[in-house]
Amino acid sequence: MTPSITPPSDLRARYLLRIADTCLIHAQRLAEWCGHGPILEEDMALTNMALDLVGQARALLTHIGQAAPVKLDEDQLAFLREERDYLNMTLAELPGRKGGRDFADATLRNLMLGQWLLLLWQRLQASSDAEVAAIAAKAVKEARYHVEHAADWVVRLGDGTEESARRSAQALNRLWLYTPELFDTDEADAQAAATGLGPARDTLRADWQAAIGAVLAEAQLALPKDSAFRSTGSRGVHSEHLGYMLAEMQHLQRAYPGGKW
Amino acid sequence: MSDVKNEWPLWEVFVRPKAGLDHKHCGSLHAADAKMAVQMARDVYTRRLEGTSVWVVRSDQIVASDPADKGMLFDPAEDKVYRHPTFYELPEAVNHM
Repeated sequence: MTPSITPPSDLRARYLLRIADTCLIHAQRLAEWCGHGPILEEDMALTNMALDLVGQARALLTHIGQAAPVKLDEDQLAFLREERDYLNMTLAELPGRKGGRDFADATLRNLMLGQWLLLLWQRLQASSDAEVAAIAAKAVKEARYHVEHAADWVVRLGDGTEESARRSAQALNRLWLYTPELFDTDEADAQAAATGLGPARDTLRADWQAAIGAVLAEAQLALPKDSAFRSTGSRGVHSEHLGYMLAEMQHLQRAYPGGKW
Repeated sequence: MSDVKNEWPLWEVFVRPKAGLDHKHCGSLHAADAKMAVQMARDVYTRRLEGTSVWVVRSDQIVASDPADKGMLFDPAEDKVYRHPTFYELPEAVNHM
């Protein structure tokens, strides 16, 4: 059994890990649809997007690992951390297809996280870190497609049949609770903003709400009421769902240390 | 097999590998409308850098020759090899056209 690593914990690393981990965990949930998409074409679309996200996570994790006090590679960072050291947005780790969630849930989540990542990548293109700016320049194209694809589905399902509208509304109410976390801001955001590494999360809120609001209006879906609940995955305090995911994701690297394919 | 009437329409997909080349037919897919068909074509047929542009067209909009007319339509060209421009001596300068 391979022991866990200690990831870098400086503010810069924390800022970048949040983005990398959100991509990684979101990709894993999307990949659960592999072989289970509603139609073959959509099955491929979902897994294509998962692969884009894995690519983004890999690039960021590699970059984070190279700057760490003790160098770490992308696999070590992706698969050998303790749950508390993953900093993804909780929204990404909520149960997916395997947890009984439907396609409406997948498309809405894809829209919410996709739009957030798109805004982030757009701003990160101007990052003071040239490598981050380069990763963002590539990712922004991928994210644009993810948002367009997801938004089309949300409109189709929300403004579709009685059942698709009902399921979309259910998924929206369930997921909406976890969206405020996307815009929580702490010392890592403050330092990133101050050093030009990237935007503080709260500066994405207005654009995100405008974009999501427009799609939901077209989909005839009512915005859920805001709640006082705050999820905390980006601070390392996760829902009960992440541990099961990590057990599955980490199994190979733990059982076959350094395994490559 | 689900009821055919409930299936999304079929679309034919044409991909252009790079600027200057023609769009080539590469397959078909099911999609609810044109916009979805373009996205699906991108996702299904351009995963390995195959294309820089895609066309989609509803399969039922394609008018095709009747396979039963194959003999009538195409066999008469068989013995007209002189239609190939292989009987002309080309100047050296254009020999590789």
